[in-house]
Amino acid sequence: MKLYNGGKIITGLVIFLCVFLAPFAYNAGKAAYSQPKVQLPKDEKECIESKEYMRTNHMKLLNQWRDWALRDGKRVYVNSKGKSFEISLQNTCMKCHPNKAEFCDKCHNDAAVSPYCWDCHYQPDGGLKK
Amino acid sequence: MKAIFSLLMVLALVVIATVGAGAAQMHTIFAYCIPRTAFIIFMVGFVCKIISWAKRPVPFRIPTTGGQQQSLPWIKQNKWDNPSTGPQTFIRMALEVLTFRSLFRNTKTVMRHDDGQNPVVGYVSAKWLWLFAIMFHYGFLTVVVRHMRLFLQPVPAPIEFLDWADGILQILAPTIYISDMLLIGGATLLLLRRLCAPKIRYISLVNDYFPLFLILGVACSGAYMRYVAKVDIMGIKEVVMGLITLHYAVPAGIDTSFYVHVFLVSCLLVYIPFSKLMHMGGVFLSPTRNMPNDTRINHYVNPWNNPAIKPHSYAAYEDEFREHMLEAGLPLEKTPEQKA
Amino acid sequence: MAKIMKPDELIKSINYTPPAENWLDLPNDLSPGRWAYPAKKNKVEYLMNELPGIFANPRDWSPGDVDWKLPSDWKEIVVNGFRERLDKYRSLKVFMDVCVRCGACADKCHFFIGSGDPRNMPVLRAELMRSVYRGEFTLAGKILGKLTGARVLEEDVLKEWFLYFYQCTECRRCSLFCPYGIDTAEVTMMARELLHLVGVNINWILEPVSNCTRTGNHLGIQPHAFKDIVDFMLDDIETVTGKRVKCPLNEKGHEILFITPSGDVFADPGIYTFMGYLILFDAIGLDFTMSTYASEGGNFGLFTNADVMKALNGKMYAEANRLGCKWILGGECGHMWRVVNQYMDTMNGDLQGPQMKTPVSPITGTVFDNAKATKMVHIAEFTADLIKHGKLKLDKSRNADINATFHDSCNPARAMGLLDEPRYVLKNVVDNFHEMPDNTIREQTFCCAGGSGLNTDEIMEIRMRGGLPRGNALRYVQQKYGVNTMACVCAIDRATLVPLADYWAPGVKITGLHELVGNALILDGEGERTMNLRQEPLPGMEEE
Repeated sequence: MKLYNGGKIITGLVIFLCVFLAPFAYNAGKAAYSQPKVQLPKDEKECIESKEYMRTNHMKLLNQWRDWALRDGKRVYVNSKGKSFEISLQNTCMKCHPNKAEFCDKCHNDAAVSPYCWDCHYQPDGGLKK
Repeated sequence: MKAIFSLLMVLALVVIATVGAGAAQMHTIFAYCIPRTAFIIFMVGFVCKIISWAKRPVPFRIPTTGGQQQSLPWIKQNKWDNPSTGPQTFIRMALEVLTFRSLFRNTKTVMRHDDGQNPVVGYVSAKWLWLFAIMFHYGFLTVVVRHMRLFLQPVPAPIEFLDWADGILQILAPTIYISDMLLIGGATLLLLRRLCAPKIRYISLVNDYFPLFLILGVACSGAYMRYVAKVDIMGIKEVVMGLITLHYAVPAGIDTSFYVHVFLVSCLLVYIPFSKLMHMGGVFLSPTRNMPNDTRINHYVNPWNNPAIKPHSYAAYEDEFREHMLEAGLPLEKTPEQKA
Repeated sequence: MAKIMKPDELIKSINYTPPAENWLDLPNDLSPGRWAYPAKKNKVEYLMNELPGIFANPRDWSPGDVDWKLPSDWKEIVVNGFRERLDKYRSLKVFMDVCVRCGACADKCHFFIGSGDPRNMPVLRAELMRSVYRGEFTLAGKILGKLTGARVLEEDVLKEWFLYFYQCTECRRCSLFCPYGIDTAEVTMMARELLHLVGVNINWILEPVSNCTRTGNHLGIQPHAFKDIVDFMLDDIETVTGKRVKCPLNEKGHEILFITPSGDVFADPGIYTFMGYLILFDAIGLDFTMSTYASEGGNFGLFTNADVMKALNGKMYAEANRLGCKWILGGECGHMWRVVNQYMDTMNGDLQGPQMKTPVSPITGTVFDNAKATKMVHIAEFTADLIKHGKLKLDKSRNADINATFHDSCNPARAMGLLDEPRYVLKNVVDNFHEMPDNTIREQTFCCAGGSGLNTDEIMEIRMRGGLPRGNALRYVQQKYGVNTMACVCAIDRATLVPLADYWAPGVKITGLHELVGNALILDGEGERTMNLRQEPLPGMEEE
């Protein structure tokens, strides 16, 4: 098979293949990926909402809490079961999840999410991300 | 009609995925078998297509020159639009591929019929197509690169940075991506242009509408996952990493929208090598752009040049007109006597 | 020539909104005036003998007839020819595959701007072929058919090709705007090659091709007649300048072979340009000869067939070798320079004899490195160099009555990039110069609508429509600045722009660049000049 301008075209194809196969090479030989294990509180079994809800909607909830507390002055959250909580990152969330590195960062690092909570809030134990 | 047909085809694909992965729970097929097959078809198909072009020779150097040639030393050459060397051609190609330079030239022809006045044909700047195309392509590129956060573990810093920068507007939670807006906005504008501009509508085929709807389907299903369904991203990363590391496991509880998204992406990957979307490879191989305008300077070889094709010879010419030439006093190779 | 409507009526007849029906369903309008006359039987026969395998099916026929008398296996011939060209030209294959129908080219074609006919949009012109490519060569096209814009080759499709690939002047303006550089000229060339295979052709191309082959120039002027015409022009030059200049023909031992399109030798206003060359050569004492055997610069093969192009072009080197010339100087011509710049050395470089050297101007010593492979220099480059070095004595006042603009010919502009050299020369020989609007000059220039073999009178309406963008731009500078002369560096322009200007911008005359040089140039030993090369009184010399 004769190719014309073969050198340049093959070079281009190699670059193409390298780019598209890079993820395979990057992860090659690594063990199967499993979702990170986060540190859960020892003495509390239930979060303010169900685990499934918190997994996918915590960012929305935190956003609402910020708006309610800071913009509307509303400081009480009533959950889907009718139980009340103080709207406060420091006093409610971080009471059970005091260690950012062992809790928040576990998933956020793997999903490359950079929430801007800590632009304003005091960084808890566990130091800076990473 | 062509647009509706294309839309229905894409909707049919959505239905297939919804039924297959949602109702019929064929998660392994939709999460692993189909994307993996599609990826292989894409890679092999893409390479084969490029090779099929590479097998065709380029007999002549035919650059379209867009500016002043290399000429006398005191005449300024337009090196980017009329390159005469390899590096200059490289710059021309880079500008073409990265900035869509030719499209940036675009003008629109307008004609005014003034009553009793002289009609004027004018050419006004029309950069809309360029703008939509840039939005769409760079939006798409950013989205694809950003997805690498799901394909790589640990996530490299540049990808993390890109994700942060893309969400820098900090609107909504999760934050809205600029690239999502560019991609969906660009594709929508390109689609509207196709539907509303009469000339463009006239030349459009199913081959034009289908990929647009398909890409819009991919983008919208992705946006739906992020902003509406708020899918379990860690579960998805586990699926995607399984694809990459060949460890298949599908965690429960992943929203059906994920399977729809993956199915549409798979269809797009399969479609690319067999369609006009191959312009992403073809643009590099266009002989009017990727060659220097230098055939007066350097010899270029046509691989199928046929040396047997010779001009009608001078001897035959003189044989035919010898008497007349002699009479007119034109020099001859052979006088009539010599010939006889 | 059929009578055509007035310019304002013609403009009012243009509608850029496409019709309701799909273009694949549009009927072919084959009424008279829509096509150029087919090639005479004896011309095809002559060419089949000279250049076998390219032409076919000599017969008496008319495109206006229902039966085109095609060979029974015409479809097979065309499909096989198509496949063969897809394998020989990457350009064709890539252009068939990658068009995204973005429409950037749609309103860039002068024939579309002047007609509003959707099949004159470059994208659809290429789709005429691409639809057959899909229908005959791709699986999806065979299955999905019209939805994907695919169709099989039928006689009506062939007729449509004939209509629309002879409404393309291969000017490449669309290619400039295409994001992938898709060049309709390339597609048109291929389509025309395929049409020739089944004997679908036009006389205005094949008669010149056969003449160029046999007599060396497209008009079929035989050597003794050629000499007569040149002598006649030498007389005219003597009348104007009072000096007898020389024009050696077929003489051996001169340094330079000069080749110009034969239109310059016989047709008004090209002859004045020719006189300009001879005056220039006399002024600098150039050691040159012309040839009657290679007396055609323009290459009619460019828009016929690649092998024909090669055969015709080969005469230039063959003659330079026979006469022992070191390099070739080329006159003002469009197609000629596309061929010389982009094809000549590739096709025929191996014919160059050892006596041929990188061109050096014998007057200024300038080495033309940009022509070191072809050994061929454009006269605008050559003259610009002379003027830059102060080697010419020019009297601009002789052109004081001229208010000039410059028309870039398609091929030197978009297949070469000869833009500033002719402007430099022009500005040194005339005082009043105004450019036409930006989007109509330089690389964005508009065609004269008579290139690539369409310079024939039976399709005058098509030509005038295609000439609208150029004519309108000319009219604009005529009204705004009082431009009365359009200079150009192309023999086809000199033939086609005259009726175009008469139609769209009456009162503007067309000149070659070197006609103006000839007027301004002061010869040693010349008499007092009272008239220009057209033997009209010079400014200030008008009789009371």
